[in-house]
Parts: sequence; structure tokens; C-alpha cells
Amino acid sequence: MQIFLNNRPEQIEGDEITISELIRQKNFTFKLLVTKINGKLVRVGERDTTRVRNGDTVEVMHLISGG
Amino acid sequence: MTVAQIRKHLSQFTIAIAGCGGLGSNAAVALARAGIGKLLLVDFDLVEPSNLYRQYFFCDQIGTFKTDALAENIHRIDNSIELETKNIKLDELAVIQLFSDVDLVIEAFDQAAEKQMLLEAMLVNFPEKPFIMGNGMAGYGNFEAIKQLQWDKQVYICGDFTNEISEDNPPLAPRVGIVANMQANLAMELLLKMSK
Repeated sequence: MQIFLNNRPEQIEGDEITISELIRQKNFTFKLLVTKINGKLVRVGERDTTRVRNGDTVEVMHLISGG
Repeated sequence: MTVAQIRKHLSQFTIAIAGCGGLGSNAAVALARAGIGKLLLVDFDLVEPSNLYRQYFFCDQIGTFKTDALAENIHRIDNSIELETKNIKLDELAVIQLFSDVDLVIEAFDQAAEKQMLLEAMLVNFPEKPFIMGNGMAGYGNFEAIKQLQWDKQVYICGDFTNEISEDNPPLAPRVGIVANMQANLAMELLLKMSK
């Protein structure tokens, strides 16, 4: 399937993937991330159960300490 | 707009400052000087000597609550600004209680985990309220890397999105001040488009 991850097209194996799996597969190494699917927030506790499907737009932003 | 018109408009609004450290103290002072009506200052920490490297406090304020010290400093600049202080560590429940009546929230926490908590809490509970974050401002130089972007309908983020603080990459006054003032500048811009 094809998804859009942070505005870039990405080919992902299979028909669906959880947000957590996608984060692991794409090696987002920062501990603190905020995620959205199709513009809607997916909270930390929902990442294991929320699935990304063909054509979805996924945004992953890492939050950085300091301030 | 004239400065009098700008100040009159801003005087109608309340901004919450979530965290009164390097970002929060400097953003609050900029907004106070610009003519904001009311600031809600939230922090749980005390002023420490190392805070003076970049935060808007003075050496005779070491050991006092940051909220109280900042309120004192702001009132020395302009004692007509309404100030409310909360010496607490924010969690989602407190966010809902404290921020329901403010017009705009500035995220000025130090720890990424707190930034994440506040961003999620704002998106879930107050998706229509303007929310301005700081994300990545450690070190010095590299001014071109600092940017401002809109991440959601009402979520804006200022920073370089890269430079995490560490022993070898400390937060320093100029770059922290740049991002704090970007946050204040954007807050003004958004409020000047809003009507009461």
C-alpha cells in the first residue's frame, strides 16, 4: 500500500499497519512523538490499536526538550 | 495600526504561559510590553542561579517561585497588566480547568514529555484555541534553522525542530530568547486578527 508520511509518499508492505509498527519500521528514534492520521490526533495510548491504511496521510513530529 | 490601537486591542485578551522558564519568562515580558491585558503564569519551580543565564529573573529572586518572581518583574514594567499565578505542575485535568477561559496558550515547558502532554490535551480539549509551542532551540548560531509552522488548525510551532538540550548543547539566552519572542510575536499577530 502507499501512504503519505510527513508529506512524502511511502510504500508499506501489507494492507494495514498500526501507528506503533510504522514508527518502529521507519526508525523514528526520538522518544517523544506526536502522531496524526488524516489530520486527526492519535494519542500515545492509541498508537498500538490505530491502523494506517492505503492512501492515509500520517504526520509524525518529534518533541524536543528545552525551553 | 498605531501603537495605541494595538495596545487597546491586546488589552482585551488573556494569554496563558505554560512554564515560566527560558521561553515563558521572556515571552511573557514581551507580551507585557506589547500591551496584553492579562497573563496567567503557570510553573511549579523555584528560581535557581543557573536560570539567570537565560530566564527573565534577577539574582535577588533566587529561591522564590518563578511565577511570583515573574509577576513582580512584569508589574515593574507595567502595573496595569492583570496577572494570575498558579504554582502547580500541569496535567490534563489542570489544563482543562485553567485554560478554558484564556484566549491563547503559549507552551514554554522544558521537558519534551510535558510538551507532548500539553499538545495532546490542547488538541483534544481546546482544538479551537490558538496554541503556540517552542520546539528545539538549544545551542547558538544556526539562526536560519529556526522556523515557524502551523501543525494543526490552531497549533503553531516555533523552533529548529532539531536541537535537543544536553550537557554539550545547552540552552542559551540569545537562541532561547529568539524563539520566546517568535512565540510572543505570533501570539500578537493571532490576537490582532481576533475580535472579542
